[in-house]
Formats: sequence, C-alpha cells, structure tokens
Amino acid sequence: MSSDADAPVETTTASVEDLQAQIQALEEEVSDLREATDDGGQKSMTIIATKGTLDMAYPPLILASTAAAFGWDVVVFHTFWGLDILHEKKSKNLKLSAVGNPSMPMPNAVAALPFMDSVATNMMEKKIEDNGTATIEELIETSLDMGVDLQACQMTIELMGYDEDEFYDGVTTGVGAATAIQHMADADVQLMI
Amino acid sequence: MTEYEANETLDVKGLSCPMPVVKTRSAVDDLSSGEILEVVSTDSGSMSDLKGWADSTDGVDMLDQDESEEDGQALFLHYIQKE
Repeated sequence: MSSDADAPVETTTASVEDLQAQIQALEEEVSDLREATDDGGQKSMTIIATKGTLDMAYPPLILASTAAAFGWDVVVFHTFWGLDILHEKKSKNLKLSAVGNPSMPMPNAVAALPFMDSVATNMMEKKIEDNGTATIEELIETSLDMGVDLQACQMTIELMGYDEDEFYDGVTTGVGAATAIQHMADADVQLMI
Repeated sequence: MTEYEANETLDVKGLSCPMPVVKTRSAVDDLSSGEILEVVSTDSGSMSDLKGWADSTDGVDMLDQDESEEDGQALFLHYIQKE
C-alpha cells in the first residue's frame, strides 16, 4: 500500500499547458452558446392558421392574443383559407358549415340544404354576441395591439387573387414558408390550426 | 380577505376569454411599480386564467382573488400588483 503511494505518478496525460488551452477553448464555446441561446427568457410561439371558417378562426387568435399577454413573441402565419381571417371584408363574413358537423342539432341530409350554412352561421353569431365573446375583428385588432405578428402567406395571396390592401392594417405581407419555418425553429410552441 | 386599496379598477364585466387576460395585461402596463389593479369580471374562467397568467408572467403578483355578487350575477374580483 505505502509503496504505491510513494511510486512516481505516470504522466501519460496532457501537460498543464494543454489542459489550460482546452479549458479556455471550452469556456469560449460555452460563452458563444450562451450568447446564441440568450433570449432574455422570452418564450415564443408560432401558429399556422389554415382554416377560414368562423369556428376555426377563433382558436389561433385567442391563443395568440393570450400568449402576447404573457409577454411571448407570437407569429401567426395565415395560409390558404386561414388568409380569409386577415382579409378585412371576408373576416366579417366567415361562415360555419352545417354539413359534416356532428355538433349541429340536425342530420346531414337537412344540413346539406342550400340555406343551412347561413342558419348555422347566424345561430353561432347570436351565441357569440349573447356570450360576450369577442368578434374576429376585435380579436385581430387586439392581437395587433398586443404586438402579435399576423403574417399573410404571399403565395396564397396571389393564388386567391387578393390585393395586399384588402388586409387589416398592420398585417405582414410578402412572407413565405421559409419565414414561418425560421420562427418555428426557435419557438417554444408550434401549432397548426 | 384583506381589503386592498386599488389604484385602478378594470371593468371586464360581460367579456369572455381571452379578453379579461388581454385587457388586464394592457392595464398592468399602464400601472407604476407597486400599484394595485382591481379586475372585475363576470367570467368564471377568469379565476383560473388570471391566476395562471400572473403566476407565469414576470413583474406581476396576484395578491388575492374573491367572489362576490351584483344583481344576482356572480362577480370575480382579482387584485394584481405590479412589482
């Protein structure tokens, strides 16, 4: 036992200078990583809004405005029918489909009648008003006021033949999938609605 | 409950999710440090929502929540202090 302790230490490991250099390199790397990931603790959320029916217009805007109230950095990327939510005229006239909606108190054969979508929409609009639920227009204005970035997919704008002036003031246009992906990559929460 | 001297009162009666939280955020932004905001809501969901919001948001404290009644309608009261 005692002879072991007195034996010279095998020094096959790196020299002190090498170790110091390694430590310094690692410290620099950690410092760079810290800088790269430092977002001040601010959380971030990206929502992809793809639907343009009255019922499906609500969830993205409710979540977006609420997350903004939490101080989050929020982007809602609107594509395909989701674009109608940002369209000033169309957003005030979003419809609810009576067909294929099992929550509707009517069979599909009745729901398929030509006027039933209007009936279902009117019913829902009445409920929204009675319940004190915000309108889509109010939620858009609120979201924009709270700093939510509402983005309109440029490809879909052109596909649908919309004009950029037809969207609410403050809506971001001229953006595509790459912009959405870029924000999603750094986001804490990503949702497709 | 303790009676709080609110500096401001925010009336969100009749409004439902997400408006109580969203309007509270804006009202808190207008407060000075140490001031207390009283939020008066008719939305029962505001009890959980405003507590959750205050717990996850830096710079605000939920001092107390209380239920009351006005003309047969339930009122939900929240006392939030800006740090």
